[in-house]
Amino acid sequence: MSIETAIVFLPLLAFMIAFLFGKTIGDRGAQLVTCSALIVAAVLACVLFVDVIRDGNTRVTEVAQWVSSGSFVAGWTLRIDQLSTVMIAVITIVSSCVHVYSVGYMSHDKAQARFMAYLSLFTFAMLMLVTADNLLQLFFGWEGVGVASYLLIGFWNYKDTANKAAIKAFIVNRVGDFGLALGLMTCYVLFDTIQFDSIFDQVFGQKDTMFDFLGYQVHGLTLAALLLFMGAVGKSAQLGLHTWLPDAMEGPTPVSALIHAATMVTAGVFLVARFSPLFEFAPFALQVVCVLGGLTAVFAATIGMTQFDIKRVIAYSTMSQLGYMFFALGVSAYGAAMFHLMTHAFFKALLFLGAGSVIHAMSDEQDMRNMGGIYKKIPVTYVLMWIGSLALAGMPFFAGYYSKDMILEAAYADHTNFGMFAFWCGIIAAFLTAFYSWRLLIMTFHGKPRADDKVMSHVHESPAVMVVPLVVLAFGALFAGFFFYPGFVGEIRAEFWGESLRILPENDTVGAAHHVPQWVKLLPIFVGLGGIFMAYVCYLWKPSIPARCVAAFAPIHKLFFNKWFVDEAYDKIFVRPAFVLGSFFFKKGDGVIINAGGVDGLSNASDTVAKVLSRFQTGYVFHYVFVMVMGVLALLSWIVFRLGLN
Amino acid sequence: MTDFPLLSLMTFLPLIGAFFIMLIRGNDADVVQNAKNVGLFTSLFNLGIAFYMVALFRPDTAEFQFVETIRWLPSLNISYHMGVDGISMVFVVLSALLTPICILASWNSVHTRVREYIVAFLVLETFMIGTFCALDGVLFYIFFEAVLIPMYLIIGIWGGPRRVYAAFKFFLFTLLGSVLMLVGLLVLYREVGTTDIPALMEADIPYELQLWLWLAFFASFAVKMPMWPVHTWLPDAHVEAPTGGSVILAGVLLKMGGYGFLRFSLPMFPDASLYFAPMVFWLSVIAIIYTSLVALAQSDMKKMIAYSSVAHMGYVTLGIFTATTQGIEGGIFQMVSHGIVSAALFLCVGVVYDRLHTREINRYGGLVKNMPKYATVFMVFMLGSVGLPGTSGFVGEMLALVGIYQVDTLVAFLATTGVVLGASYMLLLYRKVVFGEQKNADAAAMKDMNKVEYLTLVPLAAMTIWLGVQPSIVMDRISPSVENLLRQVHNERPVAPAKVEPNIMDPKTGIFVPIMPTDNTPKELISDEPPIAEQAIEEQADELNDEMNNRDADSQVEDNGAAE
Repeated sequence: MSIETAIVFLPLLAFMIAFLFGKTIGDRGAQLVTCSALIVAAVLACVLFVDVIRDGNTRVTEVAQWVSSGSFVAGWTLRIDQLSTVMIAVITIVSSCVHVYSVGYMSHDKAQARFMAYLSLFTFAMLMLVTADNLLQLFFGWEGVGVASYLLIGFWNYKDTANKAAIKAFIVNRVGDFGLALGLMTCYVLFDTIQFDSIFDQVFGQKDTMFDFLGYQVHGLTLAALLLFMGAVGKSAQLGLHTWLPDAMEGPTPVSALIHAATMVTAGVFLVARFSPLFEFAPFALQVVCVLGGLTAVFAATIGMTQFDIKRVIAYSTMSQLGYMFFALGVSAYGAAMFHLMTHAFFKALLFLGAGSVIHAMSDEQDMRNMGGIYKKIPVTYVLMWIGSLALAGMPFFAGYYSKDMILEAAYADHTNFGMFAFWCGIIAAFLTAFYSWRLLIMTFHGKPRADDKVMSHVHESPAVMVVPLVVLAFGALFAGFFFYPGFVGEIRAEFWGESLRILPENDTVGAAHHVPQWVKLLPIFVGLGGIFMAYVCYLWKPSIPARCVAAFAPIHKLFFNKWFVDEAYDKIFVRPAFVLGSFFFKKGDGVIINAGGVDGLSNASDTVAKVLSRFQTGYVFHYVFVMVMGVLALLSWIVFRLGLN
Repeated sequence: MTDFPLLSLMTFLPLIGAFFIMLIRGNDADVVQNAKNVGLFTSLFNLGIAFYMVALFRPDTAEFQFVETIRWLPSLNISYHMGVDGISMVFVVLSALLTPICILASWNSVHTRVREYIVAFLVLETFMIGTFCALDGVLFYIFFEAVLIPMYLIIGIWGGPRRVYAAFKFFLFTLLGSVLMLVGLLVLYREVGTTDIPALMEADIPYELQLWLWLAFFASFAVKMPMWPVHTWLPDAHVEAPTGGSVILAGVLLKMGGYGFLRFSLPMFPDASLYFAPMVFWLSVIAIIYTSLVALAQSDMKKMIAYSSVAHMGYVTLGIFTATTQGIEGGIFQMVSHGIVSAALFLCVGVVYDRLHTREINRYGGLVKNMPKYATVFMVFMLGSVGLPGTSGFVGEMLALVGIYQVDTLVAFLATTGVVLGASYMLLLYRKVVFGEQKNADAAAMKDMNKVEYLTLVPLAAMTIWLGVQPSIVMDRISPSVENLLRQVHNERPVAPAKVEPNIMDPKTGIFVPIMPTDNTPKELISDEPPIAEQAIEEQADELNDEMNNRDADSQVEDNGAAE
């Protein structure tokens, strides 16, 4: 068994043991099995990372056949190249941290074995997604993580809000998957294959092919790229299909950290990076990615700064950071996007798990208005949250600094209107990010305690099983940026990525980013510091300012606070009409037209005719005689008449 | 061995079982128990024969196998002709699989006229298997029509309160279509001089006549499928039928329509099929969207699943009439998958119906608490119905959509919206029944699945996942027959959908250069690319992908060996 097979299938094995035999082995047993499987996988992933990145051992392993129909062939394959190896390392490391953390966080839950099983299932699906060598397996992983996310968001299935959020996540993702499925089919029709290598090799030859789509002649590659991107928009909660992500916070916090911050939501970024050979020849698609990413970064940040639920703030922050990654992709800075994906996975998982630690300490309180003044009681969590926030705000020498700056510089270096648009969106979002991050820190840890005495007396530092994973992640948030900078986006990036990312020479924005003016490099730091300063002014030194701002800009605040009313709009435009249309079709279509008008109508009509006809069968002889006589008379008169005429 | 009439044995064995059940004498309890035992034993034995047949089946040919021919009405050139190819074989196995499950499902839930009930199911099995094995038009017609009788009785006698209405509706609807098929068959006989199906497939029927005959057969099969707008009998029939009846109705009877399209419409009237294909596409798309929306509005569990069946069958007709490899294989696989998944969903409804005697969705809720095993199994089928990759539902749906996308992107686009709608109603159903608060004390007090229910549902759940992960166990067996079918369809008019000719990138002019070309990369480009390009050409040239995969796998194995 090769090392990659072990990495991918250990989580599956752990899932099956914990899920099917959870009762037998008990919660402890399930935790032991899943955690050890994941830790082993993470260690192996590091070995694999060295093997692939340093020694360049890229390879494709076919585990088994899957679907084969004509030239539509897809196997269960593990594609190990630089791109997938980076993802594998991130996934397994974060996932093992979250697994261990969950042992402590979920210790009061009734169904711990099931929880651990689902986490492992998710990890398996995610690994299948990133190791796919064809579009169909990618789709499998894509929907697999979706269903794992559905199960975990709705883990507390007695809560109605959790169930609703779970369904919403699944359905909104399915809308994205609708695009992904069409993209898959477009690729198949264009290239007559769904294998990645064959597709990528044919892209150049197909760069001018037109494709008949819904009756319009469109550029084939652009169409394929945009449809695939639609899947990414759904999975990565970009503007338009983002509504599920904040609601997904109904799930337990480790889930939010693993799925809705570090791994699953970044699948869209991975998808676009994986299809870089295709996107490079679809400039319009890249522009769309760029603009949507920029808009999302700002949009999410505006909402994030008005929310009070600690997890929702971080969720909007995630969405905003994903926006960064996407506009990096849009300017062909795939390496920079992947770099930010990696650093973000560490510091955002750290922030989420830190928030979980706070929630744990505050007796399941999530509203920041009921927190405050607890930094002395949970100093470790406090320090770790600071590290995470500094990394998120892109303060120098923390992980986020390297990746975020690189993205902004690449956007600037793109020297197109779209790149400029994204750059300024990124700058605005950087300010807002710093602002809401410190707003969160201050509201949670500083000021006067706003919780009641009972809660406050319970506030305690989390157990070691929860703190150790946080420390591991904090290491990533501290050093991952500095350490991996040369490889991901620096001098040796060509060797680092090898063939897995393909960039047209004229699109090499990462290379150009090293030569941008000095102010471009410094601006993000200054706006970040400005944001932090603003947060201190507004929430620590002059706490009356926020209320006054809200009053002064009431309509804007209302818009931000209510998430730009997107949910309400979707409800009115899509959800309700679907139900109304459904019952209309049922009552009128099936009930009135087809049944009453058609089928039953026919049967009733024949019934009526039969009844009318049966009136003639009265059984009275004189009726029959009368009719007979009349008939004979009529016949006779007709004959006489005819004869008379002749 | 080949002389042994295996198919006749499979067809008539249930009838023999039924005969013996009728002979059982004694007190009522004994009769009931013995009838059940004999019924189960017979159907299980038949399933064993079916597996034996699969083992003997040669998957490398499209010819009919296990063929039996007995002169029956020589003066009319009609014979007792049986045989299976890959397409019909999977349906024979499906029928043989679902009958014992139906009998088991009724083990504790049917209390009146049990003996007759079992007999009805055995007789039904005879007719179903006969339908799929018949290679003579008249024989097919007899079996095809005879299926109505036991089904009519099952709904009409063991059904719910409106069973008589439902039974009549079912009977008349399907009969109306079938009468037209009979007329069509007679015309066909007059034209070709035989009703032998293999002969008819090769016969050359004038275009004009094809159109009329196609419509006549279509009337029959479309009702059976059922296609929109002749689907309204299905919800009524399902709602009133007992659990076993619903299972067999959804699992096998609906597939007779699709099978008919594959056995008659496409090979015998290829030009007409292509002529009418757009109409079928649009009816299918309407079915998918319309019935999915209707399913969303249901408050009755069985009705919801019945409507979802219509939507799922929409993918089948869509796939079949694309006359592409993926479309037809997808359509067949979707039928197999639906046969398992929807049958199992009806069984799931049966489990809770037996306990609470209501199908009202809102009467349940929070079942995951008191019925965790049930919740798990139900989840598998729910996801199968949603078409999650890794379950059987995905493969068929995806292939059918791939098929239609090559022919008409607009239809494919609209049909793909069914993916979203399908998820909506199934998740909603699951949430309302299994998740949430326990609102009703009686629902909260229900016991988890008993052994019999376990026995019926767990194998189906395992199959749902197994077929989703390894669909080749079906695909490999149907693909030669599908290829043969495609040859028959496209023989006269090669109307293969316009495929964009795949171009291979010339490695020398390739514009893909890695970031900041270094010294070693161009070398790699030159050394790496030509073999890939050659491989790709080879693949497209002879489509022997399997061989390629094997070779890849072999070399991979070597690599690993070397690595270790």
